[in-house]
Amino acid sequence: MARELWKGNEALAEAAVRAGAEAFFGYPITPQTELLEYMARRMPELGRTFLQAESEIAAIHMVYGAACAGVRALSSSSSPGISLMQEGLSYLAGSEVPCVLVDIMRGGPGLGNIQPSQSDYFQLTRSAGHGDFHPLVLAPSTVQEAVDLMYASFDLAFGWRTLVILAGDGTLGQMMEPVEMPPMRALAVERPDWALTGAAGRSPRVISSLYLDAAELEQSNLRLQAKLQQMAATQQRWESFCVEDADYLVVAFGTVARIAQSAVRAARRAGIRVGLFRPVTLWPYPRQPLDAICPQLRGVLVVEMNGGQMVEDVRCVVRERVPVRFLGHLGGVIPMPDEIEAELAQLVSLSGRAAFS
Amino acid sequence: METIYRRPALLADLPTHYCPGCGHGTVHRLVAETIEGLGIGSRTICVAPVGCAVLAYKYFVLDCCVAAHGRAPAMATGLKRVLPDRVIFTYQGDGDLASIGGNEILHAALRGEPITIIFVNNGVYGMTGGQMAPTTPLGMRTTSSPLGRDSQQQGYPIHLPELLAALPGVAYAARRSTHSVAEIRRARQAIQRAFTVQLRGLGLGIVELLGACPTNWQVTPVEALEFIEQVMLPVYPLGEFKVAAELGA
Repeated sequence: MARELWKGNEALAEAAVRAGAEAFFGYPITPQTELLEYMARRMPELGRTFLQAESEIAAIHMVYGAACAGVRALSSSSSPGISLMQEGLSYLAGSEVPCVLVDIMRGGPGLGNIQPSQSDYFQLTRSAGHGDFHPLVLAPSTVQEAVDLMYASFDLAFGWRTLVILAGDGTLGQMMEPVEMPPMRALAVERPDWALTGAAGRSPRVISSLYLDAAELEQSNLRLQAKLQQMAATQQRWESFCVEDADYLVVAFGTVARIAQSAVRAARRAGIRVGLFRPVTLWPYPRQPLDAICPQLRGVLVVEMNGGQMVEDVRCVVRERVPVRFLGHLGGVIPMPDEIEAELAQLVSLSGRAAFS
Repeated sequence: METIYRRPALLADLPTHYCPGCGHGTVHRLVAETIEGLGIGSRTICVAPVGCAVLAYKYFVLDCCVAAHGRAPAMATGLKRVLPDRVIFTYQGDGDLASIGGNEILHAALRGEPITIIFVNNGVYGMTGGQMAPTTPLGMRTTSSPLGRDSQQQGYPIHLPELLAALPGVAYAARRSTHSVAEIRRARQAIQRAFTVQLRGLGLGIVELLGACPTNWQVTPVEALEFIEQVMLPVYPLGEFKVAAELGA
């Protein structure tokens, strides 16, 4: 299939359609609105469900309702809207009803602005709602990768009965890149054996996150925890660049990783043996592969568009074996390759001896 | 021998967790009877609320889910949009529907979602122990309005079916009571109509049912029925506020 130029938000929408999404519920918010607008046109054209909800709260509970029927349902939003959706995310997690959510992150806290940011890292990976759970969080760095991950996301969501969140910053949602769209999938005919469809010819089913008995709720939680551990062990995704001989490592995710890659190339030209590690899953965090690189390293630089969130995961893995420096920009300011290079140079000088090849 | 009274097939044979004299038991029965009578039990899905009726899924022999507090109309919307040939109803209390879920019911009504809303009004938050609800009559003492509800401080009781009746998306809006046999019969007819407008695709149907809460009103079950008559009825007139023309008389 030919490569076509797609805007990130619209590409995500079309990829969801091709992955078999049957229902979209959303609410306008910059910088993800094009996704909703695309769905408004595209879903009815295919006889599928599109509904603009009265709020992000309603949107996620509509997704919850549709997903209870066993259909592939999704919503999309941006940071302040995700805050509103957290109630629904917790209920979805508590009842293990699968769905997909897109967060095109913008600057915060509060109303913040509409510029790109990665400041929902903690929110998505650590506190997507009350109670003990983690969604599976995927962080694409290109429009093509956003398409590919979206295409895989419903299989992951239904396979694990989990919430899958695609986390992109505003840049990814707004920029246009060449994309090869995957083929259109046939819609699932069979509904899962937990889906509510009306109890015709079978005993009634209940979807609930309520367990009034303490021991019962603990058992339910332990089941969920066991599943999360299994996901953590098997679902880590990452990409690395020039790490084989690296003395230094830059860790960055999403579009920041692309900027970091330019800086890594430039630093390599200047003789610094540096590589790039890019987590694709933010939860589960790719701890094992990062840990495996650590013994060869003299220092790590983490670059994010936030005040230092993923860096905590990196420090957990590195465990003070080598210095971990952090470079962050907030509020929609995008880190530039030359700043990253300068930070790298600092790291090299601070970590004792230069590592020129 | 002819059976003239039995447990509806769609109500589970279980002791309920409801307090003696609680209105939910009566309303559960009426809803189960109606669904059975319409012959739609195998294609009906219940959306339970947060509140005393959170365990409704234990009692209705139907596919059920439990919504977050107030979000049942949104969840019902999601279900109905992907399962248009199924019958979807929410069962909600006054705090759930009229307070925290005000926006969800308003917009479901504005969209004319063909869903049925069973709304039980007992004037208090029951599950949390009798706090003031948006439906608490003026002057009534609750644990969060210990001096009695004062309109200057806590505003006025909400009349939801009357408000929703003004919206074109609403096909049926009524208020009925459960304090006497005669009213229970009228309540059953209203519930049937609220489901019928859904079956005919006419729009949203809502019935508010005045129900007793002896525990939080701190009266006996018998006194609670008198309480409905003397305290609730003057505030909440019974009647049909909207009946879609297509439904007939």
